[in-house]
Amino acid sequence: MRRGVKITAIVASAVMALSAAGCGGKKATTGGGGGGDGKKTVKVGLAYDVGGRGDKSFNDAAYAGLQKVQSELKLEVKDLEAKEGESDNDKIQRLDLLAKSGYNPVVAVGFVYATALGKVAPKYPNTKFAIVDDNTVQAANVTDLLFSEQEGSYLVGAAAAKKSKTGNIGFVGGVQTPLIKKFEVGYVAGAKKINPNIKVQIKYISQPPDFSGFKDPAKGKTIAQGMYDQGADVVYAAAGLSGTGSLQAATAGKKWFIGVDSDQYQTASAAEKPYVLTSMLKRVDTAVFNFVKSVGDGTVQKGDIRFSLKNDGIDYSKSNPTALADLPTMLDDLKQQIISGKITPPEK
Amino acid sequence: MIYRLLAKSYTRTIVAALVALVFAIAVTSIVLSVSGFDPPSTFQAMFEFGKEPDSVVNTVNRASGYYLSALAVAVGFRMNLFNIGVDGQYRLAAMLAAAVGGAWALPAGLHQVVIVLVAVAVGGLWAAIPAMLKVARGVSEVISTIMLNFIATAIIGFLLHPGRLAVQLGPNNIGTKPISSSGRMPGIPYPGSELKLYSFLVIAILAGLGYWFMINRTRFGFDLRATGLSQSAAVASGVDARRMVVMAMVMSGAMAGLIGMPQLLGGSYTYSLDFPAGIGLTGIGIALLGRNGPVGIAFAALLWAFLDQSSQILDFNDIPKEIVAITQAAVLLSVVIVYEVVNRAGQRIDQRRVATQLGEVTA
Repeated sequence: MRRGVKITAIVASAVMALSAAGCGGKKATTGGGGGGDGKKTVKVGLAYDVGGRGDKSFNDAAYAGLQKVQSELKLEVKDLEAKEGESDNDKIQRLDLLAKSGYNPVVAVGFVYATALGKVAPKYPNTKFAIVDDNTVQAANVTDLLFSEQEGSYLVGAAAAKKSKTGNIGFVGGVQTPLIKKFEVGYVAGAKKINPNIKVQIKYISQPPDFSGFKDPAKGKTIAQGMYDQGADVVYAAAGLSGTGSLQAATAGKKWFIGVDSDQYQTASAAEKPYVLTSMLKRVDTAVFNFVKSVGDGTVQKGDIRFSLKNDGIDYSKSNPTALADLPTMLDDLKQQIISGKITPPEK
Repeated sequence: MIYRLLAKSYTRTIVAALVALVFAIAVTSIVLSVSGFDPPSTFQAMFEFGKEPDSVVNTVNRASGYYLSALAVAVGFRMNLFNIGVDGQYRLAAMLAAAVGGAWALPAGLHQVVIVLVAVAVGGLWAAIPAMLKVARGVSEVISTIMLNFIATAIIGFLLHPGRLAVQLGPNNIGTKPISSSGRMPGIPYPGSELKLYSFLVIAILAGLGYWFMINRTRFGFDLRATGLSQSAAVASGVDARRMVVMAMVMSGAMAGLIGMPQLLGGSYTYSLDFPAGIGLTGIGIALLGRNGPVGIAFAALLWAFLDQSSQILDFNDIPKEIVAITQAAVLLSVVIVYEVVNRAGQRIDQRRVATQLGEVTA
């Protein structure tokens, strides 16, 4: 059994290594692009959780934020990824390695870095650190990048309820964590606001510590398929890469799909695009962009920075106007009500 | 010379391991060169990084979990029982032990003992399920343990929920209530590093000694090995095979209960969403590599942990860190094959020598 797995591992790794050779190394050490026009070089370190770059969702959004900074600052990026089954000590060493090698700022992508960052940040008082999705680290040189995912989910929930003809919608969660729960409750609350009798089917792909639910398109497809079969006509997938499978199911059944984190209309194929109703945007790219830029300017903010509808850190996408039709009128009204505090979407 | 070397079984093991290692390095070098990286400088970077005090601490700490995991697997392997469920056993054990440890503050000393005992008991009981299924219904333990891994994951998912056994640790992280200082095991300082070695390491070494003693010096260990070599022969000589299955499985599970302890008592103090998973599966490979012996497993665990550690510096140097998986796979595959080859060669030598001594055939 294990030997079988290992053989697969060899083949898979060899293929990966060879393909990496083919494209000249998959890691891009960006920096040359800025040119020698006197821009200040900023060495940025990124530490991902397991999965890393290439998830078309959360981690990629962080990287996309850096790409945007390129136009204004000369960057040298080093991105490192966690290994399955590692402990806090490994994360400490990873952050330490980045800080020690002169990377400043260092961005920890994901709450799993909280404990490690608490140990490393005080050792490097001159390095600016940021952590996404956590605010438990108390240090002067740490910026917490937090998101109000429930607000955007509330809006797409309202959109789903309005669009649904069957009065039946679905929610596919990647992994059953408090983080994804925020997406779920916001979505349900938004849908109930429009149609109090709506039926919402809720399913999670995996339970922690099994985090495969964020990278399992096959299961994302099966679960969405099941929901469509049981009468749902809109499904919201907050499941990272697995959501691409749910979109396939939507396309096959000619039903609606709602994306998450990034605008999934942009990454969908031509055949899939018509079925992407909208996406809940969690602008990790904006957060990383602002943070890195502020470090470059010397105007870095410490403590909590909350991204919400108010500052465009959370939003819904309007890239499929045909599908949305007149929905934006209603959604923008709800959005204003949330911003003004008239509506407060629940968090749990 | 080589004849005399191969005559002893432990030298066969060492020779096999060395040949396998050389083979793995060769395979890795080929992959590296094909990918456009320079093998010598890559290996040098791995060793330079591995020598750093922080790396040594992380390698040894990682190896302590791997070691216990491989011992748990080896107990079953010794009598041809494949306990693939070590992974589920240790996670469930660590979670419940963490919950118990966090719920009550007991006097230091007693607190740690209670936590470890809970872990051992949970691991053993969880492993008793496939054992009972096997003796009562003839269910293959390979199938049942794999399925129980998924069930363990589901149970953990259910219990690790705010209001049940979990508390909010951060805006997005939950875990069991952190164990108070009376239940923690202070780390052992290592010169040049701010990180500390898990003191549970000592218990892992004791577990290795206990394993050796049990296998080689007790009636139970003899029965275990006998059943593993030939079940029918063992039964014929009065070994209760069903009892042996249950005992071995429960011991394997109890040992599995210890796997999460170095991390729980020495590092995280809580079973949270980011508690290390998958160590139980790694243990299967390490037990194979270490040929189920307590010393062999120790070397195998250290080698494995060192390679895992190296992936950090490969990643930093923009070399695909999947290279490490290739090396690990190559070591594992080649050690199995090479050992078989060396063993057969050794047996032929033995046969010839015996034949010569008897004067029946001239070699």
